[in-house]
Amino acid sequence: MKDIILKAENISKQYRLGQVGTGTLSHDLNRWWCQLRGKEDPYLKIGDTNDRSTKGESDYVWALQDINFEVERGEVLGIIGKNGAGKSTLLKILSKVTAPTTGSIKSRGRIASLLEVGTGFNGEMTGRENIFLNGAILGMTKREIASKLDEIIAFSGCERYIDTPVKRYSSGMTVRLAFAVAAFLEPEILVIDEVLAVGDAEFQKKAIGKMQDISRGEGRTVLFVSHNMAAVKSLCTRGMVLEHGKVKFDGAIDEAVSYYLSGESEVMNKKVFDEDYNNEVFQLNEISLRSKGQTYEESLSENLPIELHTKLQLRSEQSDRYHVTYHLYNEMGEAMFSFSNFQTTNLKTGDNNLICTIPASFFQPGQYFLSLFIIEDKRQAIFVEKNIISFTVVDGERELGVYMGKEPGYIKPQFEWKNLLKG
Amino acid sequence: MNTTNNSDSDWLFEIAPKNNFFSLNFKEVWQYRDLLLLFVKRDVVTVYKQTILGPLWYLIQPLFTSITFTVIFNNVAGISTGIVPSFLFNLAGITIWNYFTACLNDTSDTFKRNASIFGKVYFPRIIMPLSVVVSNLLKFGIQFLIFVIFYLYFYYQGAAISLNASVLFFPLLVVLMGVLGLGLGMIISSLVTKYRDLSYLIGFGVQLLMYLSAVMYPMALIREKIPDYAWLVSYNPLAYIIESSRYMLLNTGHISVSGLVYTFLLSFFIFFMGLLIFNKTEKSFIDTV
Repeated sequence: MKDIILKAENISKQYRLGQVGTGTLSHDLNRWWCQLRGKEDPYLKIGDTNDRSTKGESDYVWALQDINFEVERGEVLGIIGKNGAGKSTLLKILSKVTAPTTGSIKSRGRIASLLEVGTGFNGEMTGRENIFLNGAILGMTKREIASKLDEIIAFSGCERYIDTPVKRYSSGMTVRLAFAVAAFLEPEILVIDEVLAVGDAEFQKKAIGKMQDISRGEGRTVLFVSHNMAAVKSLCTRGMVLEHGKVKFDGAIDEAVSYYLSGESEVMNKKVFDEDYNNEVFQLNEISLRSKGQTYEESLSENLPIELHTKLQLRSEQSDRYHVTYHLYNEMGEAMFSFSNFQTTNLKTGDNNLICTIPASFFQPGQYFLSLFIIEDKRQAIFVEKNIISFTVVDGERELGVYMGKEPGYIKPQFEWKNLLKG
Repeated sequence: MNTTNNSDSDWLFEIAPKNNFFSLNFKEVWQYRDLLLLFVKRDVVTVYKQTILGPLWYLIQPLFTSITFTVIFNNVAGISTGIVPSFLFNLAGITIWNYFTACLNDTSDTFKRNASIFGKVYFPRIIMPLSVVVSNLLKFGIQFLIFVIFYLYFYYQGAAISLNASVLFFPLLVVLMGVLGLGLGMIISSLVTKYRDLSYLIGFGVQLLMYLSAVMYPMALIREKIPDYAWLVSYNPLAYIIESSRYMLLNTGHISVSGLVYTFLLSFFIFFMGLLIFNKTEKSFIDTV
């Protein structure tokens, strides 16, 4: 039998857009009048789906619409989605910060949330006082906190500063302290949103490890919202993709992440640049990526060659002094390699359309970021733009019967292999 | 659904759109009692950090107000306070009155001031205004101490002041004052989340109310001088609390049992209205604040 600890039924949340001001009172009165006559709230019938890029017709918008899901005890559910997909709204409802417009959530355990770190921290109070205050805000009793105080302080790594007012802490230290308090909470369900965005690598590792302990070792349930796909992947067992306030995908975490990433790539493969990207030497016009033989509107498949187009106008007469270099980063922000047109083709004065072809099956599926450098005389960068374009490589079709999972690493270069013993 | 049928009933709690009108969860508030105390501690410890005079500010304000009132109302305008020294008369009124205004002012922006913390974690919101009322009680204690010191001073100077036996009930009056301030504060804080206009009203509204609350004059005086408008004071529960306090502490004026019963009933009515409105607001205020 499944051990369901949390169950959401038809959760919807409606927000009113624009200014809350004139008209508020009239809507309130109208709503109250309908309620008085036992009628339905007239403003619940209207409302657009939440797509911030298109102009809606109604002042009311559904941030969440008919969300249904169940979470089993000990499960780590990753909730992913673009900005504005409704993730935070869902977490707010789960942590009782705001009530849903319709539907209900039933729970068999205490829910504690970590929507943003340092909630209720008071700069004037010392670290120790704040541990007590923050712990109490999160629902612990004084005795519970006191019994874990030493562990909390040790985990935060702020022993030296523990009797110093928190306003003297660095932001990283504040996060450490806040996370330490939350990590020693003992709710059955822990809700976490973007905690790992701050803090150094060592602390992130510690935090992720602690979360794994919480969920695996102690059998507690974690709902985790993050944009860090690697963290989501390494922590969660299940993923739920939200889009415009609706559940688009619910299933194994790897599939959820790739579903999310493939949705992400659709508009990003071409960038046109304006006047800002120019100086006396050049004018950058356009960068685009496409699978060979396809348009830039289609997603990049792992088993097709990828063409990187760079359109720029070179103003300098001494065209052989300049060349273009890209640095490639993975989704964790780690530099992977750089590549350049130097030694292969030269720029010309006037318009250029450089094509760099990356062979098929070179990238593993995933998201990548390019930084552009324009180099003068092979030593000096006269133009640098970090993350000028990002692209996502999606799974290509594989033959039935072969390995369907993800292989390790980010690239799979095709080396030359020979068998010297010919049969 | 393969969860068994009987398991549908053993949910620990449910998050639903509209709560029952009478759903204040006292058990939950009790669970969070440590938080209440920590908030009180925070208020007390942090208010006067980085000030030179620190808690002395608690004393300066009532003292100077009393002196001003004594000069303006008693010396210039010639309001008589009978055999009781005017300064002590005013100080008694102001000390009690201050507790009310502190409770009202500090609770009336509960939602607005704590929006950032309320927007992130859940705890029973009522803890916030409750902690304010309790920490203001400490402040009141300090101010009351100053009153006691002046009382003794005037007493040994030979002023004709004495306690009334009913002074034993004085703590109840303080509680009543807190209940009234909290109740009004909760109502206003809930309305302010949507209609910001109210927060402007509060500032001078409280000031006007002071003149209707018998702070610097005996109730009998207003009935005698402007009988047509005396009902403004007679319907004001605050006036009864202040008049009764002076009766208990200084043995001046008179105590009206019917007035106190009226005050008691009205205060608790306002308090429960406040609870209801506050509870309704806490569920969704974060969307409108």
